[in-house]
Amino acid sequence: MADPTTTTTATIPDPEGPAPEAARGPHRPARTRLGRTGQVLGRAFATVWANPKARVGLVILGLFVLMAVFAPLLAPYSPHDDSFARNEPGSAAHWLGTTGAGEDVLSQVIYGARVSLLVGFVAGGLSTVVAVVIGLSWGYLRGWGNDVVNFLVNLFLVMPGLPLMIIIAAYLQNGGLPMIILVVVITGWAWGARVLRSQTQSLRSRDFVTAAIFSGESSARVIFREILPNMTSMIAGSFFGAATSAVLAESGLSFLGLGDMATVSWGSMIFWAQNSMAILTGQWILLFAPGLCIALLATSMTLVNFGVDGLSNPRLREGTGR
Amino acid sequence: MRYALRKLGLLVLTLWAAVTLNFVIPRLMPGSPADAAIAKLAQNGPVTPSVQAAIEAQLGVPGGSIWDQYVTYLNNVIHLDFGVSYTFFPQQVSELVAGALPWTLIMVGAVTVVAFVLGTLIGIGAAWKRGTWMDSLPTVAGSFLSAFPYFWTALLIVFFLGYVLGWFPTSGAYSATAVPNLSWEFLGDVLYHAALPAVTILITSLGGWILGMRNTMINTLGDDYVTFAEANGLRGRTVAIRYAARNAILPNLTGFGMALGGVVGGSLLVEQVFAYPGVGYLLFNAVTNQDFPLMQALFLMITVSVLLANFLVEILYGVLDPRTRR
Repeated sequence: MADPTTTTTATIPDPEGPAPEAARGPHRPARTRLGRTGQVLGRAFATVWANPKARVGLVILGLFVLMAVFAPLLAPYSPHDDSFARNEPGSAAHWLGTTGAGEDVLSQVIYGARVSLLVGFVAGGLSTVVAVVIGLSWGYLRGWGNDVVNFLVNLFLVMPGLPLMIIIAAYLQNGGLPMIILVVVITGWAWGARVLRSQTQSLRSRDFVTAAIFSGESSARVIFREILPNMTSMIAGSFFGAATSAVLAESGLSFLGLGDMATVSWGSMIFWAQNSMAILTGQWILLFAPGLCIALLATSMTLVNFGVDGLSNPRLREGTGR
Repeated sequence: MRYALRKLGLLVLTLWAAVTLNFVIPRLMPGSPADAAIAKLAQNGPVTPSVQAAIEAQLGVPGGSIWDQYVTYLNNVIHLDFGVSYTFFPQQVSELVAGALPWTLIMVGAVTVVAFVLGTLIGIGAAWKRGTWMDSLPTVAGSFLSAFPYFWTALLIVFFLGYVLGWFPTSGAYSATAVPNLSWEFLGDVLYHAALPAVTILITSLGGWILGMRNTMINTLGDDYVTFAEANGLRGRTVAIRYAARNAILPNLTGFGMALGGVVGGSLLVEQVFAYPGVGYLLFNAVTNQDFPLMQALFLMITVSVLLANFLVEILYGVLDPRTRR
């Protein structure tokens, strides 16, 4: 067990990875923190990219990000412009037709990417942060607090997610996007915390952690500077997992009419389409286009996770025999 | 035995926490749902003082200390008394729930079992034939299908099979003209109506079981005892089923137990699309009508059944895998 980093994750194949650095002392030329972070990220990206499924996911995800960023340039009209004829079928002026309120469907689909990505990344990111802080401290520290946290996490794990989300959303009606993000974070952090905790528990008995403790580092420093870098891939994995469920949760809540109905999101598009009986008028594209976008976005993040899973578990990597 | 007792203690504690959470959530939220609720109730006829008092007690309108409210609430929960529904006044909440429960239990329950069995079998095959089409086809299709939003799959199926082709009815649990009885004709009608929602749930939930089984199976396939069994010259199928799958299925049992517990909650989005009169649809109606007593009762029931299912799975797990009993 000379080198703790290679056995746990493949994100940091560098034998001079961050973990043993403190023990090595100052004679080693120090790289800047930013440079090293960039290098680690670059390597992680390359490893994920090497997985064909993950590559497809990264490409689709990238396209959606571009679509959201350049929405004003790409969309032919404003998504709120309702000056057009209602329930138009697709035409040269409106490729996907118009909604029951006379808005351009294509523009709404393009702008809808913003809400989904925003909720996905912000809610996914926040629940990952909560999961990391709780999961790592929970796995590392010992004491009576452990049982309390254990109980809380188990409670949130078994609590049925969608009903809880709906109940909270029903009480906080008209809370808008921050409400949706809050609801997703409340219901989504526990799973990641549990996974990260068990990994922390297996890391805390490693030599490099013992060395760090003996050199007098504080608990917080051991947790976040020594253990955390070794779990990059797991954290990335739980981020994409949380982001996927956040995207699906947002669309589900909006579809039920519990989100912010004034913002244009894929879920609320389907809500209005169903309310205006788009199926009966034959405008199936109104349901189809935003739903396909949700499905593609969620799939892309699931696919990226195939590559990330491979990082933390070499057995799941493509192309290796069992 | 100590293991079972510890789990039982934990169950009681979790149940108490869930019941308390159900008490706390409405009180943490801004605004008073009770005022809105009483106003709404008054439209249906005069509100008797006792009904008003019951609503206020349940929703936390200042009246008595918070401790008194809590004791009253706990007492009501134990007697399964959730008060009167606002939307379906003057029906009792418990009557409404009892009316919706069978539809959900039968339809969603059957589909959950089928999806688990089918998904696990496909997952075993995928892991065993790793790297062939038998692996890549189900994993890619499974992850794509499970990324579909439930309601979207449901809407597409309603549109194509219901409206365009007209093969299946698009809403309800039985025909409007049918009279519920125990004849074959009526049962056929019920099955006919359950087909589309069932297929939707099957399509969207199958992927998760396939992926879960495949991944744990790949892990067990790398274990020494599997290599040993293979080296002994046992048949491939024997090794896959009797050695690897038997151990790989354990973690998935937990998921299955949770899913079975979740059956009571119904499949909210799917039931909403198909207007299937189950628990999920009832919860949706309660939420859109701000029917707080109904909402709370449903949420409590859903949580408690998930907790109970989880408890049973853990006990079963302890029997199946002695390592967890420590």
